[in-house]
Amino acid sequence: MIGLSASMVSTVLLIGSGLFILLVASAGDWLFLSSEPFEAGFLDRLNDVFFAKPNVENGLTGLFPAIVGTLSLVMVMTLFVAPLGVATAIYLSEYARDTWYTKLIRISITNLAGVPAIIYGIFGLGFFVYGLGGQVDALFYADRLPSPTFGTPGLLWAALTLALVNLPVVIVAVTEGLDAVPNDLREASIALGATKSETVFKAVMPAALPSVFSGLILATARAAGEVSPLLLVGAVKFSPSLPLSSRAPFIEFEQKFMHLGFQLFDAVLFARLPPGGLGWVACIALILVLLIGVLNVTAVSLRAAVLKRQTVENPF
Amino acid sequence: MFEPVNETEVRPHAGEGASMAAVSVRHLSLGYRDNPKALKDISFDIPERAVTAIIGASGCGKSTLLRCMNRMNDLIEGVQYSGEVILDGSNILSPGTNVTALRRRVGMVFQRPNPFPKTVFENVAYGLKLSGVASARAQEEQVEQALRAAALWDEVKDRLDDSALKLSQGQQQRLVIARALALEPQVLLLDEPASSLDPTSTFRIEELIYELKQSHTIIIVTHNMQQAARVSDCTAFMHGGQLVEFGQTETIFTFPSKRETEDYITGRYG
Repeated sequence: MIGLSASMVSTVLLIGSGLFILLVASAGDWLFLSSEPFEAGFLDRLNDVFFAKPNVENGLTGLFPAIVGTLSLVMVMTLFVAPLGVATAIYLSEYARDTWYTKLIRISITNLAGVPAIIYGIFGLGFFVYGLGGQVDALFYADRLPSPTFGTPGLLWAALTLALVNLPVVIVAVTEGLDAVPNDLREASIALGATKSETVFKAVMPAALPSVFSGLILATARAAGEVSPLLLVGAVKFSPSLPLSSRAPFIEFEQKFMHLGFQLFDAVLFARLPPGGLGWVACIALILVLLIGVLNVTAVSLRAAVLKRQTVENPF
Repeated sequence: MFEPVNETEVRPHAGEGASMAAVSVRHLSLGYRDNPKALKDISFDIPERAVTAIIGASGCGKSTLLRCMNRMNDLIEGVQYSGEVILDGSNILSPGTNVTALRRRVGMVFQRPNPFPKTVFENVAYGLKLSGVASARAQEEQVEQALRAAALWDEVKDRLDDSALKLSQGQQQRLVIARALALEPQVLLLDEPASSLDPTSTFRIEELIYELKQSHTIIIVTHNMQQAARVSDCTAFMHGGQLVEFGQTETIFTFPSKRETEDYITGRYG
């Protein structure tokens, strides 16, 4: 059994690294050798890859705004999904009584994890953009109507939609983590005079922390690569400005934004790529993969740091 | 609530020194959904600063009885009590009892060692922090005191910041005893504390029980007849949710007055 899973892992790794090398090779080939679609040599080209002005003719643009957009989206999404997902899991696992109703909720959540993301996109468009956004505009931005402020696809709604896509993933992972904490630990805490909530937050949660983090990392990685719901709720091909601002809260929630996954989708299907332009596509793909890799590494090292602090806290 | 105590029922002859009762159980019955008659009308007095063993076959209700003393049965859904368990003159089963405060006065150690996945120090300090001991100095002192009382200090004094899970099973069990002792409880409940340990560790736990009874009232549930005979001053034998016989360990083991007790002790069942 162990041998099988080990060989499966190595196969997956092999295929993965093969694809990665292919990506690097085509991106590198294009960066170094070809002369299309941008002019000039390697450094200029690298500069172009990130900072080129949008080219209306062939529909290509520098990727820096898309990187910023992707990162902002993932960040805002995590802010929503983390507290909501963890709180839901704690409630389901620690507080809710074990009835047919909670079982139904648990099964439904597991099933929701399998619903195609584009369905969430439609929900987000209907519920967040037109529903909630329309209300917000009517209440707070009535003077600007009929041109919508929040009643149109934008970063906030996209982040909320992605949060919904990933909520089941987080809930399931955290619930499983909490369920795996042995009951002995809860009894030990209760018997020492801890209340229910002290037990949950000081004994059970620290023990379940690794799986809480795993759930969040899984969600973050998925969110960074998810494109289909974004087509409906806010990603655009060109955005005149970054969704950032110099004033608190530093993010323009109502703005449309650029996204690496969307750039990729658009470059393949709609851009008028010149000959050899597939290298450009490879370049976007490579940057997206690297970005997700960086996000994962950051999250994993964050987890390691937190866990280390948890177990070797030194009072002396 | 003020029913007269029936004189014909099993009454204790308190342990050596005939000290006062630390805990008085009066007409205690308990039931829950899966087992509506888990305990049936149990009455006896547990002597102070002595070891009381509760023996009996699996499922006879001995752990349930033990868990009444610190209201751990409250965790069972739909549990219902009647009768009284009197500690320091008040009925701890009454709805007004401050249960978390009660559990600090009545410590408990479980069958399997269950340290938290934290450091040795954090494990012992857990209850202290919850009960509001905030100063690091006071925590250090009380942790050391508790570890010494549990005869573990010398083994772990250089490893206080190591994970408690790195300790051996026997050390872990003494660690959770220290964790309970840190709160300076009056009563210590031990639920088969040595059943998952090897003979050497078991011996150390028994030695520890002997030490601790100088200052604590100890109630121990055990499957192991020899252990009950070795460590306890009084023994309660339970069968089918009822208290069959209660008295000094010597008497119970040499001249049991009931047939069931004799059968169990001599190994005819159980």
